[in-house]
Amino acid sequence: MDWHILAQQLVNGLTLGSIYGLIAIGYTMVYGIIGMINFAHGDVYMVSAYLTAIAIAVLTGFGIDSAPFAIVITLALTMFITGVYGWSIERVAYRPLRGSTRLAPLISAIGISLVLQNYVQLSQGAKPQGVPTLVSGTVRLGTETNFVQMTYIQILIVVVSFAAMAALTWIIRSTSLGRQCRATQQDRKMAAILGIDTDRIISTVFVIGAAMAAIAGVLVTLNYGSFDFFIGFVTGIKAFTAAVLGGIGSLPGAMLGGILLGLFESLFSGFVNTDYKDVFSFALLVLVLIFRPSGLLGRPEVEKV
Amino acid sequence: MLPAAPLHSRIDVLASLREALLAFVLALVVFGPVSGLMLSGYKVEPHWLRPLLLAAVVAAGRFAIHLLGQTPAGRRMVARNQARVHGGVTVAALGQSPNRARLLLVFVLLGAFVIPFLPWLPVPDALAALGGKYWLSNLILALIYVLLGLGLNIVVGLAGLLDLGFVAFYAVGAYFLALGAQYLGIGFWTALVCAPLLAACCGAVLGFPVLRMHGDYLAIVTLGFGEIIRLVLNNWLEFTGGPNGAPVPPPTLFGLEFTRTARQGGTPIHEFLGIEYNTNLKLVFTYLVLLVVVILMVRLLTRLRQIPMGRAWEALREDEIACRSLGINHVVVKLTAFMMGAMTGGLAGVFFATYQGFVNPTSFTFFESALILAIVVLGGLGSTVGVIIAALVLTLLPELLREFADFRVLAFGLLMVLMMIWRPRGLIRPQRPAFAPPQEVAR
Repeated sequence: MDWHILAQQLVNGLTLGSIYGLIAIGYTMVYGIIGMINFAHGDVYMVSAYLTAIAIAVLTGFGIDSAPFAIVITLALTMFITGVYGWSIERVAYRPLRGSTRLAPLISAIGISLVLQNYVQLSQGAKPQGVPTLVSGTVRLGTETNFVQMTYIQILIVVVSFAAMAALTWIIRSTSLGRQCRATQQDRKMAAILGIDTDRIISTVFVIGAAMAAIAGVLVTLNYGSFDFFIGFVTGIKAFTAAVLGGIGSLPGAMLGGILLGLFESLFSGFVNTDYKDVFSFALLVLVLIFRPSGLLGRPEVEKV
Repeated sequence: MLPAAPLHSRIDVLASLREALLAFVLALVVFGPVSGLMLSGYKVEPHWLRPLLLAAVVAAGRFAIHLLGQTPAGRRMVARNQARVHGGVTVAALGQSPNRARLLLVFVLLGAFVIPFLPWLPVPDALAALGGKYWLSNLILALIYVLLGLGLNIVVGLAGLLDLGFVAFYAVGAYFLALGAQYLGIGFWTALVCAPLLAACCGAVLGFPVLRMHGDYLAIVTLGFGEIIRLVLNNWLEFTGGPNGAPVPPPTLFGLEFTRTARQGGTPIHEFLGIEYNTNLKLVFTYLVLLVVVILMVRLLTRLRQIPMGRAWEALREDEIACRSLGINHVVVKLTAFMMGAMTGGLAGVFFATYQGFVNPTSFTFFESALILAIVVLGGLGSTVGVIIAALVLTLLPELLREFADFRVLAFGLLMVLMMIWRPRGLIRPQRPAFAPPQEVAR
């Protein structure tokens, strides 16, 4: 085994893993606070990919050529609109179901997922869409034939993801909003008694999750350049795998799980088989859920009456 | 956001207008870019009318709901619905005479058995077309979905386990017939017996470790399993034929074949019966066997709901902790439900493979699972009649409304959300059968 192939797969895995981590945050926070799997989260990510392409197209239309400026504006716009998506979905499809049967929010989420996919397909067409290359260029280490390379976009992905995760960790750890989130997660009823508007906090969590997915959407779109209305499904399950691997409900766990899953998947497709890399990820999900459902950093769940 | 119910009973139209305006702005943000700016190449084409129209619909809906929520009648309606949502399961009254229902059932069954013979009977052309190739194919497909709906209904409706990979068992059944015929030389009847058993075994292998854990995880694990099965079928070219699929031999009946000339060493049935060859013969046969299987399945389900195991399913759905403290082995009870569901899925798969004549992985995507779930949700989680009606409606209606085919998935999704909000127990309210204590015990 050549060291440079291994190193290259690790670099690719780190990039992929940061993306999974960003999306996994949405799953893990929502699960932590209301105990439901937000099945539509992957499709929110898919919508953000479309929003990215639309924003870039509009900005190019206005004659904005500077790549850094275009990326910053696109990121801000996409995060905002995707956040509104997150808020609206919670308000329309999940809030009326508080206190309903256990299955109801899950089925409703599947409904929303189908609606988002079909809505995007109907309004944007079924064929794959793309964005122009905004950033190109690579950093190379090594000799002419044996080298490890990282594109500028990959560097951007890793840097932005870690910055976003750090910012979110700071918000949850040190701000008043974060304290309210943690209180609501620990005990919703008690938090409400102590004067926290828990409905608002739950909405905020959905917005944060959607915004994180939006960052992932922008970065992935800039990296791969093409996407379709179905990308949310597989990416969503993988991000959920990441959340479960790290311990669902735990914020650092989501990031750790994302990066681990990215590395595993990258190594698997690099050294074993590319066709079965999705099978590998799903099998990992099933195995983790069976043997260690609390994940790496999560606490075991205690069912209360 | 909905303000707390106002203390005064005056209707505040202005507040409703404010809400509607807010909804309009939000809807514009949500719908504006994706539906208003269509990507073409690296440019966008504006379609201004679409987001405005969508936002106007949302605003009007919000206005109406908010206004209605302020009137006493509206509040009563909400309260009534809340009571229904949280009301739990009703139990049928004892000693209800179901004579009229029985009569209706007999008529429906007779009608169902007569349908494939309509072209041979002296009836108007419009009615005879119902037994023609087009409608017969659709009816077979609808009955396959009835079977799938009944199977998933055991798992989701009765036992309350959300299975998002139900299609995997369907695929196991279908591929068992296709690959079994290819490698082992088995036929339709062997598969009809063995495929459900194999699917049930798959269900047990998957279910046993998974059923011990938290309910929501089951949904994801089954989803993952469903995708694994599909991906393996798609990628294992040497064994399954990959994306090209595998052929399925036509069915036979005691050596009688339904093709024009005998290919499997039997006699063609039209020669045996001395009638003219008709391409419909295979469909008629599939339809009749399928109908019998569906009827047996319904009968089995009705009986299952009355024995202790079936009652334990429903009890577990309502309150797992209470059941466990009463000594019900929740893993075994859930496993039986899971295996029963898987078995029915496998059975449906055999019919699907026979009906289609070949199988490939595109028939077993997650969308198929979602469609079956929509059938169960619409029909009422746990109601057999509801599931049958929902399966027939959801598979036959799209055939009638072909112009709106693009909106099918959208409609299913909206349906699932709305049903969960207004009627989480389905359109037809399921009733549990009642039991009279034996006379000796009562005394």
